Amino acid sequence: MSFLGVVFDGIAYGSLLFLISVGLSITLGLMNVVNLAHGAFAMFGGYCSVWLTTTWGLPFLWTLPCVCLAGAGVGALAERLLYQRLYRASHLDQVLLTIGLTFMAVAAATFFWGPTQQRVELPDFLRGQVSVLGLDLGAYRSFLIGVVVLISLGLRGLIERTRFGAQLRAAVDNQQVSAGLGIPVQRVFCLAFALGSALAALGGALGIELLGLEPSFALEYLVYFLLVVSVGGAGSVRGTAFAALALGLCDVAGKYYVPQIGAFIIYALMIVLLMLFPAGLQGRRA
Amino acid sequence: MRGVPKSVRDLSFWLLPVAGFFAFPDYLVLGSQMLIAGLFALSLDLCLGYAGIVSLGHASFFGVGAYTAGLLALHGWHEPLTGLCVASLAAALAGLATSFLVVDRQGLTRLMVTLGVGFLLHELANRASSITGGTDGLSSLELDPVLGLFRFELSGKVAYLYAGGVAFLAFVFVRRVVRSPFGLSLQGVRENAARMPALGVPVRRRLIAAYTLAAALAGVAGALNAQTTGFVGLETLGFERSASVLIMLVLGGAGRLQGAFLGSALFLVAQHLLSEQSPAFWQFWLGGLVVALSFFARGGLLGALDALLGSLRRRGLAPAGGAGAGP
Repeated sequence: MSFLGVVFDGIAYGSLLFLISVGLSITLGLMNVVNLAHGAFAMFGGYCSVWLTTTWGLPFLWTLPCVCLAGAGVGALAERLLYQRLYRASHLDQVLLTIGLTFMAVAAATFFWGPTQQRVELPDFLRGQVSVLGLDLGAYRSFLIGVVVLISLGLRGLIERTRFGAQLRAAVDNQQVSAGLGIPVQRVFCLAFALGSALAALGGALGIELLGLEPSFALEYLVYFLLVVSVGGAGSVRGTAFAALALGLCDVAGKYYVPQIGAFIIYALMIVLLMLFPAGLQGRRA
Repeated sequence: MRGVPKSVRDLSFWLLPVAGFFAFPDYLVLGSQMLIAGLFALSLDLCLGYAGIVSLGHASFFGVGAYTAGLLALHGWHEPLTGLCVASLAAALAGLATSFLVVDRQGLTRLMVTLGVGFLLHELANRASSITGGTDGLSSLELDPVLGLFRFELSGKVAYLYAGGVAFLAFVFVRRVVRSPFGLSLQGVRENAARMPALGVPVRRRLIAAYTLAAALAGVAGALNAQTTGFVGLETLGFERSASVLIMLVLGGAGRLQGAFLGSALFLVAQHLLSEQSPAFWQFWLGGLVVALSFFARGGLLGALDALLGSLRRRGLAPAGGAGAGP
């Protein structure tokens, strides 16, 4: 694999990490909830897609909007029933509740689908390689990067141009003053959580091809999502994007050039970055 | 209960493991697992329940202790008690080294640092397979008889008594520590870290000391695990162990020492019974239990018991004196 190939794979991996982690970043910055169940929401999206393709015979691409809707629904429900009670709770209570949810999700996935890896059938035009400027790039990875770029642009428009985005930014900055100004903070919370869950579920479905899908997904990749958010800075979309890309590049390059130390490099990098930037690269809160 | 000294009340629950030794001779292996897990949870209690540091990577120190004890036994040092001391020292050093990263940070960053250290050590042990055995771990460790008299045998009697004895001594020690001015200042830091400097308490140094001490005790638990099972695997450093010890402690009740042992005993019994049906079944109900705990029983089982007795007492239904829980 050429150097550019490694960079391309790193960007594809990083954009997937961004897609899944951005919801976690928003909810963490907004509600200050350490959501260890975020990986479970992503896993839910992956299994949703597998279920729709195998049981209902839907083509993979058509499952993606359904997965988004299902993720949003489950996210909104979880926010109303469970997370709402956590906003003022201690970190310990948040860790307990969300770890408990993750365990339940892992067990449920094992019960329904078994412990084996799941696969999805990709349409023909997403298989193999495409040639761009003399470079052979994976078709699926190119598609993935394209989707994430589109979603990021949409997300940026949503956050910077719409009324909801303004309310969201205000609530992240200062919840109490926002509530005092008549912003329906509760509703903003619920919508933001639903949005984050939808993106995580979409990421889980899109990631089956890259990351694989098995019940341990929820725990195995959780540390990557948390890492992206804590390095990028909770509540900052740009910081999350930057951290996700950097992490994706480092991970792919590290595994390709120095396979003998493996994931070691990522954890060491995270600790160093957290020492240098305790509030993240673009964090609003310490 | 009024006339009984508090020390006797606090220590009386140690009659249970003694009774267990005679009542369940077939389950001594599970019993020593309970005692070791209890000691491990006790070390987390010092860190979480008293100093207020939430850690998602406490298994790091359990693993360091286990691997140190395992490597010693593998390379010719077969004496268990000195092995225990060396393992504890190694874990304490690891704790001291990482405490500087942990105590200066707050909230999510602190959680992530503990988590990161855990993953880092796990990956290190995984990669350095020429030393640690990688995924195969260190197996068939040979150990001398405890105190030169009692040889580890298959029924697990010696292992049970050895683990129990060490856990008991550690409990007495930790109880002494948390009732000392040092322990009280830790609780002060937990309740309000901003005010403690005004009382002349060096907050940072106290937290470093507490974290290091907790690591040393976790190392003892890890070494006991290695010595009694004769095996050290990668899972001693795993995230699931960090998560389960947190759950054990919170289940029993954090910040009250006995809760660590009660929680781990119940956890392991439930695990033993439920995973006979299927591991997924156990994991599901464990998750449900933890969710319920975070909603309803904030002080764990001992906290719930205290609250129940308190409300009975207010109605004049129970004698004064309490459940004997909580130092």
